[in-house]
Amino acid sequence: MKGYPDAPRCGFSALAVKVLQQYGVPISARDILSDLKLKETVKAYSNWPTFPQIFIKGEFVGGSDIILSMHQKGELKELLGDIAQKGEENGSS
Amino acid sequence: MMASRGTSAVLSRAARMRQKLQSALEASALEIEDVSYQHAGHAAVKDNANETHFNIKVVSPKFEGQNLVKRHRMVYNLLSDELNSGLHAISIVAKTPKESGS
Repeated sequence: MKGYPDAPRCGFSALAVKVLQQYGVPISARDILSDLKLKETVKAYSNWPTFPQIFIKGEFVGGSDIILSMHQKGELKELLGDIAQKGEENGSS
Repeated sequence: MMASRGTSAVLSRAARMRQKLQSALEASALEIEDVSYQHAGHAAVKDNANETHFNIKVVSPKFEGQNLVKRHRMVYNLLSDELNSGLHAISIVAKTPKESGS
């Protein structure tokens, strides 16, 4: 992302953080503005030209538009359910 | 860089984007909104840069059966020249005709 979760440096990065924070999941962020090499490496790795880029459980899921859309459709709840509801017993995998 | 006087040199980025997306995606609806003013002066945007941020809404039959990541990649790939020449960010809403009708 651009900046850090508590100090985002771009509206799209801020939006993505805000969405993810709804789920109470641990967020591990890297600031690509302060590391050009990291920025280029991540772009090449994911074949995606813009930031933020969101990876969930190691998988690339998209940028801020996609994370927002998944949130609105309830898909994010499904994907994050098992890490968001720690301590609760439910059978989902 | 010397500007050529060919027609492509006078087209705005928005117009070039429209041409590329319209023809490649056979878009039945295409909205391109320049929102660069909302990002003026933020990191990585040079003082005098314009046409850096856009909202794009596109409806295309070519999105049928493609997930959102694939749809966004299609748009990014079509606009790769622009992304390499100062286009900074685009917000994309990509729907199939069926999805946009409902």
